[in-house]
Amino acid sequence: MSEPSWSNAVVAEGLRKSFGPLVAVEGLSMTIRRGEVFGFLGPNGSGKTTTIRMLCGLMEPSGGTATVVGYDVRRDAEQIRRRIGYMSQKFGLYDDLSVGENLKFYASIYGLHGAGRRARIAELLADLGLAPRVGQLAGTLSGGWKQRLALACAMAHRPAMLFLDEPTAGVDPASRRIFWHKIHDLAAQGTTILVTTHYMDEAAQCGRLAFLSRGRLIAVGTVAEVLEHFHQPTIEDVFIELQRRDEGAVV
Amino acid sequence: MSRLRRLVEAPLWAMLWKELVQLRRDRMTLGLMLGIPAIQLALFGFAIQTEVRHVPTVVLDESHSSESRRLVEVFRNSGNFDIVARVSDRHALAVEIETGRANAALVIPPEFMRDVRRGRPAQAQVIVDAADPLASQAALSGAQLAAAARAGELAGAGPARLDVRVRPWYNPGLRSPVYIVPGIIGVLLSLTLVLITSMAVVRERERGTLEQLIVTPIDKTSLVLGKILPFLLIGYVQITVILVLGRVLFRVPMLGSLPLLYLLSLAFIVASLALGLLMSTLVRSQVQAMQLSFLFLLPNILLSGFMFPRQAMPELARWIGAALPLTYFLTILRGVLLKGTGWAELWPEALALVGFAVGLVVLSVARFHKTIE
Repeated sequence: MSEPSWSNAVVAEGLRKSFGPLVAVEGLSMTIRRGEVFGFLGPNGSGKTTTIRMLCGLMEPSGGTATVVGYDVRRDAEQIRRRIGYMSQKFGLYDDLSVGENLKFYASIYGLHGAGRRARIAELLADLGLAPRVGQLAGTLSGGWKQRLALACAMAHRPAMLFLDEPTAGVDPASRRIFWHKIHDLAAQGTTILVTTHYMDEAAQCGRLAFLSRGRLIAVGTVAEVLEHFHQPTIEDVFIELQRRDEGAVV
Repeated sequence: MSRLRRLVEAPLWAMLWKELVQLRRDRMTLGLMLGIPAIQLALFGFAIQTEVRHVPTVVLDESHSSESRRLVEVFRNSGNFDIVARVSDRHALAVEIETGRANAALVIPPEFMRDVRRGRPAQAQVIVDAADPLASQAALSGAQLAAAARAGELAGAGPARLDVRVRPWYNPGLRSPVYIVPGIIGVLLSLTLVLITSMAVVRERERGTLEQLIVTPIDKTSLVLGKILPFLLIGYVQITVILVLGRVLFRVPMLGSLPLLYLLSLAFIVASLALGLLMSTLVRSQVQAMQLSFLFLLPNILLSGFMFPRQAMPELARWIGAALPLTYFLTILRGVLLKGTGWAELWPEALALVGFAVGLVVLSVARFHKTIE
């Protein structure tokens, strides 16, 4: 199969997702450029996770189209899965397998075998500082270590794009800093990253930001552009303003 | 070469390895898998006694002869009948049965002694309270056995003089454990295998590990087979535990070929596992999985022929029974263990089970979606 050439990691046009009468995402159009760190912001329930799930092929869109790393999310979900890594909001690895076993399992599922797999696992363990904990059961790791292991598993196959859904929720500041260093490293090597966060210091580190509110994309741009758009001094103020509008709309 | 390479590198092996590591660490499940058959076998085996011994019996002896007293003695000694009363007329006999003091009656007509002496077929009548079909069935068989025993004794002195038409085969002692144990193998396998597979998949869904797994390029077949196959091992361990205990505790015979039984069990185990997987695509939580499994257990117990003979069922119940893999597996189990039947007799059942296995695996793979809705 010939690889489609792509310059934009994600191109979404009018993406829509409804669960019965509930509309989770409506008319979402956006472009994520290759190699950028793209931040997804918005209050809980604004449609961030649903959008990511549609882009990863975990949910079928109810309407609209999207391509990820050059492939259509409806037609070529399997091709996309080979080329992306995904960290869900909830720790999705096996508590009853050790750090090393989780890595070995995911590396194998992503098609690595024999010496190549051993080398890649050693590299990931060293890279994320997991080597001393290789034999520890994942369920007994603290939040920061779980998140590093999840990132290691998600990037076992050197994906072209990473989807990170609130990767640093409930993680201490030191671990968050290490984690973001890693994200910038990956971006520098050409990996496209879509990350959701509630931490404003993390949002400030993204190349571009997208704000979601009640299933709709309401602003996209660099930090400076977003601040100007909403006439607010900080991203946190933008966020609070959005939430206030949401609640006003409900009342 | 490349095909071999693809096989060696299939995600299926990674799935199998992962499942086995997890199974080994899950001592609780492992213990239950092995403990449940042992406990259930003991419970079912000792508690479900479909043979009825010591049926309270009333005797109406109109012959008043040495021969009639001898027949009553044989009935009593069989252990199947307790003589609770002796009456002198039919009306008193009816009262004994109607009031429930007796469940069976032995009526020996006046000409009994004369017929036996003259070498004519001598008749005695056994009346059974048929309110409990199982008990009456057993009492009838018991009566025929006793009569046959007496006929055998008399045969020494000339031609057989007591006519016996029906004799229970394969289980002449009418011991129900012999009949029940093979059934328990089938019922327990259906329950535990369906339950553990449906739970195993739903557990991954509940814990969020399934989401992480289906976002990888793993193919559905590897995922489904990787979930099913480790439990094959469990199934075989369970069969072995029950067979060994059945032999030790209840002296269940093993007349046929053990390898044949193990081979035919494969289709049944795979069918049960695939069914569990299919159920897991219908439910959202482990609790629902458990409820659905128990719902499935009921027709298996009632309609497969485990407890009640299928010939006696209404047509609809027979049809439902025919849709259960257990129905066919029971025929195989009882055939191989109790009758020593082989492939020549059992291939239709084997074919049905293979059909179920293939059909259910295909169906569960088709129904299993790599999405989280």
